[in-house]
Amino acid sequence: MTRFTVSRGVMIINAAAISACSSTPVVTTATPTIIAVPMASVDPTKPPMLGPPPSLTVPPIATRQLANGLKIVVVEQHELPLADVILQMRTGGEADPAGKPGTAALTASMLLEGTTSRTALQIADQQAFLGVGMGASSGWEQSAVSLHAPTAQLDSALALLADVALHPAFPVADLERVRKARLTSLQQQRDRGPVIADRAYAAALYGSDNPYGRPLAGTEASIASVTRDELLRFYTTYYRPNNATLLVVGDVNADDVARRAEAIFGKWARAEVPATVTANARGANATTLVLIDKPGAAQSSFRIGGIGAARSTNDYFALQVLNTLLGGSFSSRLNQNLREARGYTYGASSGFSLRRSAGPFTASAEVVSAKTDSALIEFMKELRSIRDTVPSAELERAKRYLQLGLPEDFETTRSIAGQFLPLLTYDIPLEFYNSAVQRIAAVTQADVQRVARQYIDPSKLTLVIVGDRKTIEPGLRALNPGDIVIRDARDVLGAPLTP
Amino acid sequence: MRIPIETFQLPNGLLVVLSEDHTAPLVAVNLWYHVGSANERPGRTGFAHLFEHMLFQGSANVGSNEHFELIQRAGGTLNGSTWLDRTNYYETVPSNQLELTLWLEANRMGHLLPAMTQQKLDTQRDVVQNERRWSMDNQPYGTWWERLPALAYPADHPFHHSLIGSMADLDAARLEDIAHFFSMYYTPDNAVLSIAGDFEPAEARTMIERHFGAIPRGAGKPSLPEMSLPATFGGPLREVVPDDVMLPRLFMAFRSPVFGSAAYYAASVCSAVLGLKKGSRLHRSLVRDQQVAAEATAFTYDLAKGADLLVVDVTARPETSVDKLEHTVNAEIDRLLLDGVTDDEVRRAVTLMETDLVAVLQSAGDRADRLSMFATYFGDPALVNVQTEQYRAVTRDQVNTFVQERLVPDNRASLLYVPREQSELPLQDDLAMAEAP
Repeated sequence: MTRFTVSRGVMIINAAAISACSSTPVVTTATPTIIAVPMASVDPTKPPMLGPPPSLTVPPIATRQLANGLKIVVVEQHELPLADVILQMRTGGEADPAGKPGTAALTASMLLEGTTSRTALQIADQQAFLGVGMGASSGWEQSAVSLHAPTAQLDSALALLADVALHPAFPVADLERVRKARLTSLQQQRDRGPVIADRAYAAALYGSDNPYGRPLAGTEASIASVTRDELLRFYTTYYRPNNATLLVVGDVNADDVARRAEAIFGKWARAEVPATVTANARGANATTLVLIDKPGAAQSSFRIGGIGAARSTNDYFALQVLNTLLGGSFSSRLNQNLREARGYTYGASSGFSLRRSAGPFTASAEVVSAKTDSALIEFMKELRSIRDTVPSAELERAKRYLQLGLPEDFETTRSIAGQFLPLLTYDIPLEFYNSAVQRIAAVTQADVQRVARQYIDPSKLTLVIVGDRKTIEPGLRALNPGDIVIRDARDVLGAPLTP
Repeated sequence: MRIPIETFQLPNGLLVVLSEDHTAPLVAVNLWYHVGSANERPGRTGFAHLFEHMLFQGSANVGSNEHFELIQRAGGTLNGSTWLDRTNYYETVPSNQLELTLWLEANRMGHLLPAMTQQKLDTQRDVVQNERRWSMDNQPYGTWWERLPALAYPADHPFHHSLIGSMADLDAARLEDIAHFFSMYYTPDNAVLSIAGDFEPAEARTMIERHFGAIPRGAGKPSLPEMSLPATFGGPLREVVPDDVMLPRLFMAFRSPVFGSAAYYAASVCSAVLGLKKGSRLHRSLVRDQQVAAEATAFTYDLAKGADLLVVDVTARPETSVDKLEHTVNAEIDRLLLDGVTDDEVRRAVTLMETDLVAVLQSAGDRADRLSMFATYFGDPALVNVQTEQYRAVTRDQVNTFVQERLVPDNRASLLYVPREQSELPLQDDLAMAEAP
């Protein structure tokens, strides 16, 4: 069933945090006067005139709360007999103990490796028997167990989800097996320029004292040394109903879900959950290039930017518009320039990763080695000129792209769940999307310029380039981009563990 | 589960498939052209895909960046992709934008050539060469999907050569090639247009007739050479590739019945028994019990012509030697030959696949793509509605018949990636592979 196609798509690379957000009511802003033209009068050399955009009705949202504090959010969508269920904790990798990055991620993945009444294989078999897909993962500020199930199997599937979330056993043998597998995949990262670039960029921006400077998946040293007790401590501290939300999207009924949730989660014991605060980082004082040698690399991996904003920012929509102009879509400036005009890359993009504290702003591309210096010139040109006044036609296009793209973010049960999850993580009202169209419409040229100047400062950028040093260094030095620091993969990833 | 399907054909041969569903105010437009890398002539590998890029560079009435821009400004998403035997183009847009999307697709089907320039070709050639570097050359194991078909199909077979193409062949592409390829393959009688989602079929039909009706039928494309192949390779095939990787990885391909045939469904179930998710045979044995592998999966390519491939993909643990990896995977397949699959394994595989079959119909874009696929390959989009039944009907005996016929040692093509340092060890020569007789 797997198909390997050569896709033209590019925006998946580094699909950064600001994605078109969305939902609710009538989407009629911005284009009130377009009128459908009678068919006979259509000129085949001109794009057809169209009727107004459809109004979007968001599926109904219902919320409940159990006595132990578990929040329940139900979004009804009845197209197919399917449901997506996510049990989310509002804690993730930012709470990893010092020196033990990857604890949250390893804790999450151990949930599926055995409960007090089921072995790992029984969990896998039960999923296959029911035809459900289950996963557990952890990111910044959240950890989640997710379930995709035919509604006919929802009762049994929810029971399985509750079992792995509430009664994990962290079996020693399975932990050692999973630990080895993680170490193997971390070792494989040494082959991957883009991964080395991501790691180096986070470290350069935040330093190793800030959780955002450390890798969510951990390091070889931390994964080798984290103990079962440390995982258990993370689990018992943060996997609590008063730190959790159960999100159900699909062919379900809210009262019905609440009844089932009471039956299976009602006895889950609440406890005090410590707050984790990530300090706001300052970013570079002057533009610095970290050049990491990957001998023989066919392409250079670029990561350029600085400290961005927190999810709670009042500039959310202005940043979304800014990023759409700069690098959030295929038609954005970075991609039009580096790909469509110059052919240096298969795709160039940018994004703001919005977290509880300010996450990174990143512009990125994988560039043919021979054009590394030319690509840096173009990147810098775009990062400078986005600070100038954006022409109004271009601004309007970007705003329409965001506004009219909203319905597609709410098409499937999975995509709907994806829209609501960040709201749950950051305690944002569930009505957030209801006013999105109007709030995008309200973004002005001055707003875009203000946030561009605030968040993109060409004199204080952090640049990471991973590539074939002997090919690319002379050209980069000639551009005099600022201080240049030379590193290799070992500096970034640590010394390899000896088996 | 049944989705509604309505089919008609324009006098110029364009096959149209409509599937109405008003759940979300979105409509998906999907065009399949029945041409892929298999149709390329010698010296022009990668051309079908390069051509796909050129289709986004405007047409007589559409400016160079306008195709993307008009769709994105409308809040839509779009892309295209190239495969061995087909190329597709697709958009999902707010439902009021259906006619704009049809207009854009009709414009490039009918009036592409006036917009083609040497400069656009040169730029897209660079982009595609960067796509090659990104997806293959700068990616550990990235060349596997060029090397595996090359190993598993005879040299003169249309599936043998690289889909993304060699750098030299991409360099050789000329504007004349664009004109030739376009007039040969991008004609309404070589295409299927599917629309799924929130639209009124009668209105859509009028729009389609208006925009596509005047595009002339093609002169007929050259037929592909004979593509059918014997049931097995006729002997083991093997290639060793030293690469900049940390861990050995083995791709083992088996020649397998074509997509859509009765025997295909047994092959597909067999691939799921072997390697779909945790709890599959390979994962259970190699990753969990023996702990020789970091990852183990299996899948079928789903090729509808000539012969398909079932592929087993296993990455070694750091402490697993190349020899041990190869030996253990072969032993696992041998064990399957000896014991066969169980009823439970078949049931597990079918249940998991069924959920995926339903889930893929959730989005209008995927729905339209499936309709185009079944219409292009088999002339019958309604096959999308019987896939679940086809899988449910597969028996243990059918899977075991497939196993006995196709998983035999004479039908194994092994593509083995070896860390460069280890490749200094005396391994079998790269070219120690036999071609099927």
